[in-house]
Amino acid sequence: MTVEQSVLRRTPLFETHKEAGAKLVPFAGWEMPVQYDGIKEEHIAVRTHAGIFDVSHMGQIEVEGPGSLAFLQRLVTNDVAKVGIGGAQYSLLLNEDAGVIDDLFVYRLAHDRYLVITNAGNHEADLAQFGLVARDFDVYVRDASANYAMLAVQGPNARRILEHTLHLDLPPRMEVGARQIGRRPAIVCGTGYTGEDGVELLIDPEIAPAIWTELVDAGVVPCGLGARDTLRLEVCFHLHGNDLTTETDPISAGLGWACAEATGFIGSDKVAVLRANGTDEKLAPFVIEGPGIPRQGNPVKLGEDTVGEVTSGTFSPSLAKGIGMAYLRTDLAEPGTELEIDVRGKRRAARVSSKPLYKKER
Amino acid sequence: MTLAEASYPEDLKYHAEHDWARIEGDEATLGITWYAQDSLGEVVFFEGPEVGAELTKDQPYAEVESVKAVSDVVAPVSGEVIAVNESLSDAPEAINADPYETGWLVKVRLSDPSEADSLMDAAAYAASLE
Repeated sequence: MTVEQSVLRRTPLFETHKEAGAKLVPFAGWEMPVQYDGIKEEHIAVRTHAGIFDVSHMGQIEVEGPGSLAFLQRLVTNDVAKVGIGGAQYSLLLNEDAGVIDDLFVYRLAHDRYLVITNAGNHEADLAQFGLVARDFDVYVRDASANYAMLAVQGPNARRILEHTLHLDLPPRMEVGARQIGRRPAIVCGTGYTGEDGVELLIDPEIAPAIWTELVDAGVVPCGLGARDTLRLEVCFHLHGNDLTTETDPISAGLGWACAEATGFIGSDKVAVLRANGTDEKLAPFVIEGPGIPRQGNPVKLGEDTVGEVTSGTFSPSLAKGIGMAYLRTDLAEPGTELEIDVRGKRRAARVSSKPLYKKER
Repeated sequence: MTLAEASYPEDLKYHAEHDWARIEGDEATLGITWYAQDSLGEVVFFEGPEVGAELTKDQPYAEVESVKAVSDVVAPVSGEVIAVNESLSDAPEAINADPYETGWLVKVRLSDPSEADSLMDAAAYAASLE
């Protein structure tokens, strides 16, 4: 490990993970469980039953005050005016050049009160951007990350077990509500990053180990960040740092749907031009046709030409083959296109696919 | 699925890069150690060299991949590949479940049998992991 153990931050569940024998690794400045018993088993548990993830490394920023809506319309890309009280919305934080600083979830908790969920590795950059833009608005911005432990409970049986075990009435998909968990105020959100039904719980850090243990005792399978990554990639959810960076724009990334240029967000002029003119590259999902596992950074080849680069690649436990997403020359980013991925010098046949790569059987 | 407890058979020779060799006359069977498979996690892909390929001691000759990671497999001895464990293409998890028997990777004909003298015995290898 190149990162000193002492500089890594730990979630309220660190001891719980350690005692359970989880494999802990440095991730975005945190010491996080990458797996418990195995990524494949955890992945399948979420697809078929229920899994629980400690995502307490993710950040929370509170936005409050009469200027909240105007502030968020300027700051993030989606149309926040469409979010009713108790609503949730995916959005992007861009710089002036339409580079993606982070991708976020915005929860509307009250008329003039929002909670924004950030990625751990970008939280400080996000806070700086929030603070800078807040100067022009009648709004109060506060880093609320220390107030919450965050647990994602995901899978077809997640809601049923949660309702039974914690005696909770859960908000529907893409909605958020205030609840009591462990006799403390909590926020429950019908969101997730796995392609399965489920919720994310924002709870008092003090009670996090007890709640975690209660849910695990009720049969929810503890999962690490390894399974979180394979689950999200199968359903083509973007990962900032891989598929989104300050060097990529929302249109190339296929996130035009999360951008409402009419709101005048920072970077909206640039996004409007990209949307109108098209982009040279597009992010597209692909499947490896034979053997091989694509990895981030692998060149994509068409004959001798390099026509793209893999930004996320892994082994799909559901499909039992290599999958990934790559920025490709726009004319090639259509489902069915046959390409090759250069995996450390070996050419692996790949086919561009449609989203999601894993389709749930109904 | 996996061997829960570390094990390092006495009849094998070990390389510091977490590879083992079972030396029988001028031939050797090669694989990765319990420690290597445990560090890597569930192996989901192994593609061996071709029969006839020349392995050079201390140089990588193949890769094993888990869901998250790729790891080089280093040759503990030099020699010509005379067999590759083909069953691993369908069942690479054998490398986790049984790293010293059904999870073997390749067999080689040794080009310099004296190289084996530089390898560790089980006790020395286990001590190196402390």
